[in-house]
Amino acid sequence: MTNPSRAALHSGETTTLNRRKVKNALFSLLALAAIFVSMVTLAGLLIDLVGRGGSSLDVQFLTSSPSRIPAKAGILPALVGTLWVTVLVALITLPIGIGAAIYLEEYAGRGRIARLLKINISNLAGVPSIVYGIFGLAIFVRGLDLGRTAFAASLTLSLLILPVVIISSAEALKAVPPSQREAAYALGATRWQVIRRALLPAAAPGILTGIVLAVARAVGETAPLILIGAVTFVTFVPTNPFEDKYTVLPIQIFNWANRPQEAFLEISAAAILVLIALMLLLNGAAIYLRARLSRGLQW
Amino acid sequence: MTYITLPRSRPAERAIEFGLRVAAAVGIVTTVGIIAVLAVEALLFFAEVSPVDFFTGTRWSASIKPFAFGVIPLVVSTLMIALIALAIAVPIGILAAVWMSEFASMRARNIVKPILEILAGIPTIVYGFFAITVITPLLKATILPELGTFSALSAGIVVGILILPLIASLTEDALRAVPRGLREGSYAMGATRWETVRRVLLPAALSGIAAAVILAMSRAIGETMAVVLAAGTNPQLTIDPTESVQTMTAFIVQISLGDTPADSLQFKALFAVGATLFAMTFALNMISTWIVSKYRNEYD
Repeated sequence: MTNPSRAALHSGETTTLNRRKVKNALFSLLALAAIFVSMVTLAGLLIDLVGRGGSSLDVQFLTSSPSRIPAKAGILPALVGTLWVTVLVALITLPIGIGAAIYLEEYAGRGRIARLLKINISNLAGVPSIVYGIFGLAIFVRGLDLGRTAFAASLTLSLLILPVVIISSAEALKAVPPSQREAAYALGATRWQVIRRALLPAAAPGILTGIVLAVARAVGETAPLILIGAVTFVTFVPTNPFEDKYTVLPIQIFNWANRPQEAFLEISAAAILVLIALMLLLNGAAIYLRARLSRGLQW
Repeated sequence: MTYITLPRSRPAERAIEFGLRVAAAVGIVTTVGIIAVLAVEALLFFAEVSPVDFFTGTRWSASIKPFAFGVIPLVVSTLMIALIALAIAVPIGILAAVWMSEFASMRARNIVKPILEILAGIPTIVYGFFAITVITPLLKATILPELGTFSALSAGIVVGILILPLIASLTEDALRAVPRGLREGSYAMGATRWETVRRVLLPAALSGIAAAVILAMSRAIGETMAVVLAAGTNPQLTIDPTESVQTMTAFIVQISLGDTPADSLQFKALFAVGATLFAMTFALNMISTWIVSKYRNEYD
């Protein structure tokens, strides 16, 4: 860093210099305060959640069905519903997301169609999640007559996170050094062999991390599921994703948070803690996958 | 990026390419599908309510007779909450980004950046919960004792917290994209950090920051759960932030939660409001993309 004091002293403007220094100090303080605000917010959020919901969080809460009596209520159906949705969304987005990313990076070239595809995906990434809910309601629930099932919800959420999955997978493919690709071609590999044997293994850490993070986002989504009919009072544990009634954690949280009684706010906070734990678990899985898969990758 | 064109002789290769093309087409099909669904269903609504009444009407009453479908109260409430959110998130987000890219040591940055990422990853329903359990009571206890359970102000504040990480991270990207030479030139002229930030970096990164702010505004307009929980479902035309209001998204949720019959006018209104919401966010996203592509590579 250069020292500004010298230049100023030479012009003999010590007071101006002091003022400038004070301004600078004030500004850095202000910037630090901005960071502080975000930290305090996160801390406040977590403290409130633990303080409010911590005491309700026990085995009974995890293994019971919702009840009109808050002390007896639990989240088992919602937890199972969320797990169904998580698995299905991952299974649906994995092939489509990677496939689309490969097409964009390796086949589409740089023509007008490629540009259209890319602009379209970045636009889709900006569509509000509730609009995906409207789409899911009209197409999956009614049009394809899947009904208000966890399967219809998974399809809707998959479409919602696909743009993110495609963008992150495309980034991961782009990050593979050209030398890898060229070497494979030089060995006489066909285009698909190059992708399958050289590109995908090299890009796998980035691709899978992106997918897991996107799935974590889907797990926390609430608004689209309200539209496609996740119900708030499910007292049985769904055994398959085509069952006519299902619920998921965010919907359960919403239902309890929407009631005026303090006792329901407490179990809502407890359910949020479970949801956040689930998301942290997925994030942890992403970090683990990245570390595990990048072992032995060296360029 | 492919430099080599190979003869595509093997049928398997062609089948694979076809499969990949189908995967890539899903995005296009989704876009077309969303627009088609919204357009068709909104037209069914406009067959019964004139678009002029819808877009210029100042009274919205979908559940209490006499019914009225003037969307302006919903749009104004939505924009009011988005503007409160921006008023909070833009200054704090930009300052946080400046701190991360210009002031922070590597170690400090490695602590702060993940915290912002965690904030960005928290589901919006949780922010809504935070609004009703912390923000509203806090406002009541301090500056606004009269505040009700639901208010546009609480919703705006919580949406501001929610979009802050987005603005901070996109602004940081924009600041980092400013070439080193500009920074070093400024310091070599004897400028302080604050002067460098204000006179050199912020102007140079302006297009990126503007794009970030517009994108954040689009996010705020489309935000649903936090707003439903914090602002309530009371459709009224007001610019008083202490009032309970209903946004476009909150109306959509309200109709979906009840047992409104699918062929009722109320249910069709859901699609008309959804189409309006989509058009607004789509326009903002396009402007944001346009700004980025127009001013990109200015320094190359």
